[in-house]
Amino acid sequence: MDILSMTALELGRKIKAKEITVKEAVEACLKQIDKVEDKVNSFVTIDREKAFNRAEEVQRGIEDGTYTGPLAGVPVAIKDNMCTKGMLTTCSSRILENFNPTYTAEAVLNLEKAGAVIIGKTNMDEFAMGSTTETSYYGETKNPWNLEHVPGGSSGGSCAAVAAMEVPYALGSDTGGSIRQPSSYCGVVGIKPTYGTVSRYGLIAYGSSLDQIGPIARDVSDCAAILETIASHDVKDSTSMERTDTDFTSVLVNDVKGMRIGIPQDYFSEGLDPEVAEPILEAAKVLEEAGASVERFDLGLVTYAIPAYYVIASAEASSNLARFDGVKYGYRTADYEELHGMYKKTRSEGFGPEVKRRIMLGSFVLSSGYYDAYYLKALKTKALIKKAFDQAFTKYDMILAPAAPTTAPKLGSSLSDPLKMYLGDIYTISVNLAGLPGISIPVGRDSKGLPVGMQLIGDCFQEKKLFRAAYTYECLTQKKWISDYDKTQTAGKEEA
Amino acid sequence: MANKISDETIEYVGILAKLELSEEEKEQAKSDMETMLDYIDTLNELDTEGIEPMSHVFPIHNVFREDTVENGDDHEAMLSNAPQQKEQSYKVPKTFA
Repeated sequence: MDILSMTALELGRKIKAKEITVKEAVEACLKQIDKVEDKVNSFVTIDREKAFNRAEEVQRGIEDGTYTGPLAGVPVAIKDNMCTKGMLTTCSSRILENFNPTYTAEAVLNLEKAGAVIIGKTNMDEFAMGSTTETSYYGETKNPWNLEHVPGGSSGGSCAAVAAMEVPYALGSDTGGSIRQPSSYCGVVGIKPTYGTVSRYGLIAYGSSLDQIGPIARDVSDCAAILETIASHDVKDSTSMERTDTDFTSVLVNDVKGMRIGIPQDYFSEGLDPEVAEPILEAAKVLEEAGASVERFDLGLVTYAIPAYYVIASAEASSNLARFDGVKYGYRTADYEELHGMYKKTRSEGFGPEVKRRIMLGSFVLSSGYYDAYYLKALKTKALIKKAFDQAFTKYDMILAPAAPTTAPKLGSSLSDPLKMYLGDIYTISVNLAGLPGISIPVGRDSKGLPVGMQLIGDCFQEKKLFRAAYTYECLTQKKWISDYDKTQTAGKEEA
Repeated sequence: MANKISDETIEYVGILAKLELSEEEKEQAKSDMETMLDYIDTLNELDTEGIEPMSHVFPIHNVFREDTVENGDDHEAMLSNAPQQKEQSYKVPKTFA
């Protein structure tokens, strides 16, 4: 079995057993990157020298017993909105084109403590605002399954890197679906944990009340092991939760007997591509035949999640992005006279159109005279949405849904109509508003061969139920839909 | 209800957002914002009478700690990120006319 086709845990086991060295693992990834990166463009930064130095350090650490975890020595890619000390962190924006953080994000630090080797930083929509990875200042990422299509976003670089086998796993972040939607488009597994499970310290903020970091990998077991590693209570993030139930790998059993699964009728109505609906309902049948009870119900309020989200996320973004002013870090305009002119010119040249659009909308909905009508209204809607989910979870262990209404759209077809692009977030966004965990796993392909993902949504702190159901599905289907590099267009061999 | 964004409003938003927009960008921003606000207005269909605005899904409280320095002195490294620096400080253009 070659290194590239191994999952992170398989590779970790081989490294532990001294069958593969950390250096060999890093070399294999870099070789693959050399082969496909000019086509896929998953990365903003690749740091070979650091990766090799780190590989040596980790190898020694494994041998002397410093690193004993299952991910020790396994290469990883990090979304470029997580600070990495001494490694460029751009948020795929011009305004941070030269930013070298002086500290490392807590989630990344947790990986490093477990012996991870960082290969580089992955491309994303600028400041995580977008659903296609086309708003990046550093060029779009392409879908490894079909290079004419987008990988989704905003964690498109992380998902594409995993699907194109450039790395066995990656970290992403999810504010309105940014892990689950690109995971679905790229045929990989990605989970957004319950809000507060992973520290946001060092994650460059977009919508602070919605942002969560999570793993992206090639199977469910990897995701469970990675989340187990990065989850921690962190005093540096005041919204971080103290959880004692983060031993997610302990629930990886092939058994869904007695699980109650609800399918929201309102998710399977107009707007959902039948080519997406079909494999998802097929997957629901697989779980039902394995002993889960599957029932349709009305979730309600579905169409109100998007407008509420764009008010809240834009409001938080307008405040969070006020810090980029050309003084302490990042880009500063070349010509200016006084302070305010410098701020305005720096920001206007440093931010792309989608970021400006959201900062302006956010500034507007927070401005006096509009605050009550827009911002408070959105927060009240959020309360109602949370209540609708609470009600659903009195009857069901989890909700089964699509991750996106279609498979990956063609490059260049989304950005011209922002509202239409926002509507694509309909199945993921309410999960962030309610702080819930959601996992996306591949369950099929459309007629063009593009992957389809299924989303499982759990009540707060119920990731274990999601992992168990997803793992069961994976076992029952022999990982049939798991990303298989040989079948992607990147390898030059299209699926027959 | 169709929202109409005036020139004054977009000017004001530009000041709040600290963005300098070209005439073309202003027109685009007006039309983008009108479309979004029309869409956001669908929230008015919802009866939210008596509903508490929810900013966080979990009850969270301020986190206090003793005011003691825990991190090291990153002065040099932090300054090295500054677009311009002078005498161990961030250099900015004239603040008072």
